[in-house]
Amino acid sequence: MQLIGKTTNIDFMGRRRPAVAISLLLAIGSIVALVSNGLAFGIDFTGGVLVEVGYEQDANLSDVRSKLEAGGFDDAIVQHFGTAQDVLIRLMPVENMDGNQVREEILAALGVPREQLRRVEFVGPQVGQELAETGALAMLVAIIMILIYVALRFQWKFAVGAVVALVHDVVLTLGFFAVLQLDFDLSVLAAVLAVIGYSLNDTIVVFDRIRENMLSVRGGEPVDIMNTSINQMLARTLITGITTLLVLIALFFLGGETIRPFSIALIVGVIVGTYSSIYAASATALGLNVTVQDLLPPEKSDEEIDDLP
Amino acid sequence: MQNKYPSWVNMLVAAVVMFGLLFALPNLYGEDPAIQAALENGEPLNDTAVARVEQVLSGQGIETIGAYLDEGRVMIRFPDDESAFRAKPKLEETLGEQYILAQTLAPRTPGWLRALGIKPMSLGLDLRGGVHFLFEVDMEKAIAQVMENYERDFKTLLREQDIRYKTVRSSADRVVIVLRNQEDQDAARRAITEESTEVQLLDTTSGGDPAIEVQLTDITTRQRQDFAIEQNITTLRNRVNELGVAEPVVQRQGLDRIVVQLPGVRDSARAIDVIGATATLSFHLVDEANNPLEAERSGRAPPGSRLYQDRNGRPVLLKRDTIVTGDQITDASSGFTEGQSAVFVDLDPKGARRMLETTQNNIDRGMGVVFKEEKRRTVNRGGQTVEENYTDEQVISVATIRGVFSNSFQITGLTSTEARDLALLLRAGSLAAPIYLVEERTIGPSLGQENVDQGRLAVIVGFLTVVVFMLVYYRLFGVFANMALLVNVVMIVALLSLLQASLTLPGIAGIVLTVGMAVDANVLIFERIREELRNGNTPQAAIHSGYEKAFSSIADANITTLIAALVLWTLGSGPIRGFAVTLSLGIMTSMFTAIVGTRALVNLVYGGKRVEKLAI
Repeated sequence: MQLIGKTTNIDFMGRRRPAVAISLLLAIGSIVALVSNGLAFGIDFTGGVLVEVGYEQDANLSDVRSKLEAGGFDDAIVQHFGTAQDVLIRLMPVENMDGNQVREEILAALGVPREQLRRVEFVGPQVGQELAETGALAMLVAIIMILIYVALRFQWKFAVGAVVALVHDVVLTLGFFAVLQLDFDLSVLAAVLAVIGYSLNDTIVVFDRIRENMLSVRGGEPVDIMNTSINQMLARTLITGITTLLVLIALFFLGGETIRPFSIALIVGVIVGTYSSIYAASATALGLNVTVQDLLPPEKSDEEIDDLP
Repeated sequence: MQNKYPSWVNMLVAAVVMFGLLFALPNLYGEDPAIQAALENGEPLNDTAVARVEQVLSGQGIETIGAYLDEGRVMIRFPDDESAFRAKPKLEETLGEQYILAQTLAPRTPGWLRALGIKPMSLGLDLRGGVHFLFEVDMEKAIAQVMENYERDFKTLLREQDIRYKTVRSSADRVVIVLRNQEDQDAARRAITEESTEVQLLDTTSGGDPAIEVQLTDITTRQRQDFAIEQNITTLRNRVNELGVAEPVVQRQGLDRIVVQLPGVRDSARAIDVIGATATLSFHLVDEANNPLEAERSGRAPPGSRLYQDRNGRPVLLKRDTIVTGDQITDASSGFTEGQSAVFVDLDPKGARRMLETTQNNIDRGMGVVFKEEKRRTVNRGGQTVEENYTDEQVISVATIRGVFSNSFQITGLTSTEARDLALLLRAGSLAAPIYLVEERTIGPSLGQENVDQGRLAVIVGFLTVVVFMLVYYRLFGVFANMALLVNVVMIVALLSLLQASLTLPGIAGIVLTVGMAVDANVLIFERIREELRNGNTPQAAIHSGYEKAFSSIADANITTLIAALVLWTLGSGPIRGFAVTLSLGIMTSMFTAIVGTRALVNLVYGGKRVEKLAI
């Protein structure tokens, strides 16, 4: 079976301007959402207390809320988690209490036995801030390391293209979370880093083919070579996207409530990453006037690397 | 183009697959309820202990599936929870106090695998249930405590050398000694320099009098802080042992934090009460020259004294000088004396000497026992939520010294539960510096099991959909890719078992993701082969150049993903690391299975013969 019978000949690069426009629009939209809505950070990053209670019957949320209010927890966020029997309670750091006290008081206010506590998470404000900082640092370090690797392996124009694609993917994924106000916790951060890896994977494969074609089909215009390369890799790009999405959809539906935001981040990231490896990366390299000469003699590309800012 | 692997490559592939199967095997067996017995002092047990345990249980008519030795501990497996539940008290009775018994789960691995030292994967807390605590050690308090000890030592030293002083006072990180004149200052400086090399001295004045300011040197400060952490870890280990938990983790994290993980523990409140308790005692003489009510009214204690409250809120004035502190207590037990619950304590020789001296000189005077607890609360300061440490101090008893005593005496004034907990704490050793809970993650056992079930289902379904897709899309070559994929999952499980890295829920997600991405290498190769075929190459040539030309893309693509995974591993914390570990392992094993593994299969089927058409 073949998705794409013969090697296609779609003029991807010819339509790069509308594509770039769409990407820019989406990216700006995402940034606006990130600035105005912000991410719905989980307690991993803000600090606070999260309690998951499993009731024997369907739980009435307003009932739970009023019990908590009576216990002095006015600003608790109460919601169902997965099933109607499961209730998730979230609190910001509570004054004059440590995590241990908060847990015990919530338990007392709800009047449920300890066995019904399915999960308790308490993160001190300082730890939360540190987790957020190391998370941001991790993303930055990953991007820089990959930039260096691609610059060494290819050429700096490609590296810039790869990083543009990757930032594009990360921004759009984060924007998705900001628009829908989905929970952004540690596992989602891990997913975003995996998106970086995936997006790159996709981009590199296309770049690899562009390099191969630039070196073998001497004299061709970069635009044409890029078009050919993207077309040649199109089947692969789509099939890998499909298999990855298949497992992610399995994870989304079957992996349980806790892992769901993680699956969403990856599903969005993979879709965006597949698109960006076709457009964002190559279009940027082309925008930087990548030429056959950039790739040809190894001595020259060494100089280019030294010229890196 | 022959497309044949030399036989050593085929053997290597076979060997790797065998290795994977062998190490992944223990994970198929599941677990039994079990009790783990270990000696409290950490000495390894031997076969005699195994025999003894078996004898005890068979004597009681409790059914077991057998007991065996596991790293110096006896592991007893039971057919059901109920027998394990019944067995524990019986074992406690017969084995005695020097044994620690913990209820746990034991792998159902057959003996021959166990003998080879091959174990199943260890599951993270989110999969097996349990508590995870992160404590922060109060480093400033650690130093303050050292300075308090110095205050006491300097006073003794100056008295012994007949150097007269006005005051010796410790504050956060220094001790200030105020003297009467220059000569005494010189003498004091000489005496201290001789006594200790850990401190630096600074001459100053206080209220016109010559004074010496004593501070720790930078190196000593660091040493003391390290020591405080190490000492706290030891104490926490002792306390965790008192709780009876199998496979606990107590380790340092970063500069000033300690991680405690207790698999299988449900009641985090009780666990915190025991392991996180900072309670300690100190003994002071009562200031009988002044009126405590007066001091309470004015809010100021007379010099040399401090104002406390007793448990009924009444003011008590105690001398600032400490006779002995909790860390000089070597043993403690709880019990009753004259109808009141009491803690019986033993002092170390230094403490005993001080106590003897004090009681000899102060017959019929009062002595107060201060119960100190370090606590942390979240407060709102200027609109910002910050954490604040405070010390909760109470006088639990004031008694008149009726006779002379030294190394062994009792304390009353507590409830029986408090007496029991305090005795336990004093026995396990006190903390060198207070600790505060800064993070907790508790997963109930039912949620853990759900996570395992859902994770397993997601892996299986994800795996099957990819397998079907590859089969439909690439036919025979899809079969090759699927076999490689299966071996890949087996290899990840084998490596996780070998490394004994805990598998977490994000770790399972990493495996799922790997399954989706691992076929990428094969997709690259197969698409290339198709392309070569379209370009008019012979099947054999197409196979050869397909593998060859796709290689650099595969390598580049995987290395970049690996970089992202390694960064995650280095900078990520707990749950994220689990994801990074399985993702990086998966990338590495998939490189082998997808390239070398499938090539070996392709070569076996097509290699060395005339092929007209490829089933691709």
